[in-house]
Amino acid sequence: MKVKVMIPTPLRPYTENRDSVEVEGNTVSELLNALTQKYPQLKRHLFSEDGNLRSFVNIYVNDEDIRYLDGGNTSVKDGDVVSIVPAIAGGN
Amino acid sequence: MTNAGVVELNREEFLRYGRHLIIPEVGLEGQRRLKSASVLIIGAGGLGSPLAFYLTAAGVGRIGMVDFDVVDLSNLQRQILHTTKDVGRSKLESAREKLESLNPNVKIETYEMRLTSENALDLIKEYDIVVDGTDNFPTRYLVNDACVFLKKPNVYGSIFRFEGQVSVFYADKGPCYRCLYKEPPPPGLVPSCAEGGVLGVLPGIIGTIQALETIKLILGIGELLIGKLLLFDALKMKFRELKLRKDPECPVCGENPTVKELIDYEAFCGITPEQTLHQSGLEITPEELKEKLENGEDIILIDVREPVEYEINRIEGSKLIPLSKLPEKVNELDQTREIVLYCKMGGRSARAVQLLRELGFTRVKNLAGGIDAWIEKIDPTMPRY
Repeated sequence: MKVKVMIPTPLRPYTENRDSVEVEGNTVSELLNALTQKYPQLKRHLFSEDGNLRSFVNIYVNDEDIRYLDGGNTSVKDGDVVSIVPAIAGGN
Repeated sequence: MTNAGVVELNREEFLRYGRHLIIPEVGLEGQRRLKSASVLIIGAGGLGSPLAFYLTAAGVGRIGMVDFDVVDLSNLQRQILHTTKDVGRSKLESAREKLESLNPNVKIETYEMRLTSENALDLIKEYDIVVDGTDNFPTRYLVNDACVFLKKPNVYGSIFRFEGQVSVFYADKGPCYRCLYKEPPPPGLVPSCAEGGVLGVLPGIIGTIQALETIKLILGIGELLIGKLLLFDALKMKFRELKLRKDPECPVCGENPTVKELIDYEAFCGITPEQTLHQSGLEITPEELKEKLENGEDIILIDVREPVEYEINRIEGSKLIPLSKLPEKVNELDQTREIVLYCKMGGRSARAVQLLRELGFTRVKNLAGGIDAWIEKIDPTMPRY
């Protein structure tokens, strides 16, 4: 099924400046795989070399962090919104 | 937050805070609480400006500010504490002047220094609440850890371009920053505001939300952003709220903490690609580059900034390949020739140099300090931004 993934500002240079991308998948992992296949440069920003999600990037399904759901296996359904929320530090 | 009973308002203050006093949720008791409260603001810049103004106007009794910077012309697009005549002056001196003239009842305490693992605990323990308006990861982790150890609330805000995040980290009652992000990104991966830009109004919005949360904390009213992360997208004009949970495995506030004292946060956050290149001699100074160019040496000069930046200024003879486009354009580059890369300040081009080296390029160097250094040392007539 198609689910909307929200792209945060710092990662938009790698998604042709799109703020959201619709991708096909039944779980968060499937969605992120589809996303990084479409935009290969995103991959190193989301995953470390061992394939794990980077510790300064969190993935939410609606308002819940997947670390407290079923991680990458968290299933998604029609109408869910998946958000990529990376650490940003600006303030000055 | 304490001793609200012992402070009294004077006649001037009754009138000054009249609009607060007539709200039942604030009232005289609330205004006394504000007067007996103390808040430490880290950073007198984009977030610090609106924060300090509103907390001072609201009558928080004692406000501390930490910063070590001087006002630069490029700050004024968003740092509303400072004005054109303050350029070159210490930010804290400038801040003190504005805040004392806004509300002489507030005690303004300034700390002209960098917050470090050596001084953070002594400083923070003197205040009820800390507000984080810094601009870098090492200081954010330092502020977080110090607040966890001292059991102080940390009103957090951060910004990038059109986007902001706000939360209240209060380990006694909810998650801390490390529950959200256990580790910082490697240096250079996430651009700073100086590299990526920030819309001037954005820190105004995020900073005032931080001020609001601080005042609610002091008054003990309403619902706080404890255990919630507020995301703001200025372009879409959308606020979204995400749930934050206390991570039982959090290294500072979890069940079995591994970090029990302040650490070396610069080391924790890693050395930047720029520092790495500097250490391994893979950089070139503006003077050296100028000499090579004047001698007609064969150099490919690549500008890895964005097209809008290239429009403002550029080193003659350079070719524009934005960092995000470099991987796809790499085949167009001749590995056998000498390549010099530059950006605004040397950070992005350092990453570009590393990228090319990983791909087997051996004759690549970073222009130390970027075009900013080139302007300073070689061509001061060029516009700066």
